[in-house]
Amino acid sequence: MIEVRDLYKRFEDKEVLRGISTVFENGKTNLIIGQSGSGKTVLMKNLVGLLTPTSGQVLYDGRDFVAMSKHEQVMMRREMGMIFQSAALFDSLSVLENVMFPLDMFSDMTQRERQRRAMDCLDRVNLVGAEQKYPGEISGGMQKRVAIARAIALNPKYLFCDEPNSGLDPKTSLVIDELLHGITHEFQMTTIINTHDMNSVMGIGENIIFIYEGQKEWQGVSSQIMDSDNRRLTDFIFASDLLKEMRQAIRKETTA
Amino acid sequence: MFIEKWLEAFGRYLILMSRTFSVPERFRMFWKQYVKEMSQLGVDSIGIVLLISFFIGAVICIQMKVNIESPWMPRWVAGYTTREIMLLEFSSSIMCLILAGKVGSSIASELGTMRVTQQIDALEIMGVNSASYLILPKILGLLTLMPFLVIFSSATGILGAYGTAYIGHIIAPDDLTVGLQHDFVPWFLWMSIIKSQFFAFIISSVPAYFGYTVEGGSVGVGKSSTDAVVTSSVLILFSDVFLTQLLS
Repeated sequence: MIEVRDLYKRFEDKEVLRGISTVFENGKTNLIIGQSGSGKTVLMKNLVGLLTPTSGQVLYDGRDFVAMSKHEQVMMRREMGMIFQSAALFDSLSVLENVMFPLDMFSDMTQRERQRRAMDCLDRVNLVGAEQKYPGEISGGMQKRVAIARAIALNPKYLFCDEPNSGLDPKTSLVIDELLHGITHEFQMTTIINTHDMNSVMGIGENIIFIYEGQKEWQGVSSQIMDSDNRRLTDFIFASDLLKEMRQAIRKETTA
Repeated sequence: MFIEKWLEAFGRYLILMSRTFSVPERFRMFWKQYVKEMSQLGVDSIGIVLLISFFIGAVICIQMKVNIESPWMPRWVAGYTTREIMLLEFSSSIMCLILAGKVGSSIASELGTMRVTQQIDALEIMGVNSASYLILPKILGLLTLMPFLVIFSSATGILGAYGTAYIGHIIAPDDLTVGLQHDFVPWFLWMSIIKSQFFAFIISSVPAYFGYTVEGGSVGVGKSSTDAVVTSSVLILFSDVFLTQLLS
């Protein structure tokens, strides 16, 4: 479980995060949603330590990440996995070498064990057969799956995903969503997904945090969104006329 | 304002170097990177070093023969000056200026691209000291191979001078040989190698700083690559003056 307490982040004269407090639950897919510029990415960067909060606490199972020494933070990061928006695979390494990288760096396994573990991870994301290819030779969806395999190679307790569906077609997005959802439950990880994708929100959102102008505006599960009276949330989720009509139709059906 | 900016950049460079020079997390991984960098930065530069050194050696010899030699000068003077110029300046300083363009831009653009595509962030999230993992093997790899490049450059420059003698018939080979052997000071070779070590550090660490701290997208990477080459070239020229004074 990750708990955020009264988190503020200021860049010179601009306050991007304004007192966010929330809990990201263990064994669930926690989604951070919000408009562009609302502070989602800044919040995630503060969680993983790529940025330091101006004030507030980030507690990993009760341990304050912000107050930790550099060395403790490095140790803590070995319990984290992260999937970046651009996948961030190492260009010079093959798919297999990318997945093996964290194992090569931090595990005491033999070469054969590391290779077997990496192949297991690739199998989990349905990428067996692509292990000798390089990131430039595979599609965006495959790159995301390699990034997932690399992120889970060391069995992390916390998994962070920064817009994992960006740039992917709806079908591939569903595959990625199902993978993340499945992995979260299988390994009982605390997964935090930063997303704009409404399919993800409605499909795998077990704990959704809506950020508006640097503040937590709403928190709940996907089934509560339909009935929510929060105008900012519904304007954001049901932005198009088609979605608005669908929502009204579903609400009518439910009340009837 | 300019001094303040420069001091800030220098401070950030020192902080980056302090992170870079830390004990590698895994020697197995460090060794792999170190060998790779020696190959990419050093071995892959041998071709251009040999090519340029050969022709510069030949041209220096021709210029000396045509413009310096006179009835009042010994006939070996062209060979002697060619050797001294190659050894004292070309094979260390000028060759490093050329390498600052080739190796420096390569380091800055590689690290810059890794930064903008979040590959460096990915390393940090894994708990890897990205500065040490990425930059230390580059610095040590180039420092290791630089003495060989200096020796190869001097030797090839002299071969180029022999080319003018045997192929161009500009100078008699015997006169050239006498000149090349005349009053040889072994310290000059060491001086050249010592200077090149300082320059190798500049060529690898300064572009690494520019690449590692890049901001923005592809434009930022391009700018960092240009800044890296310009800054390391200027630093090489400045330090050449001080090192030559210090070591002579």
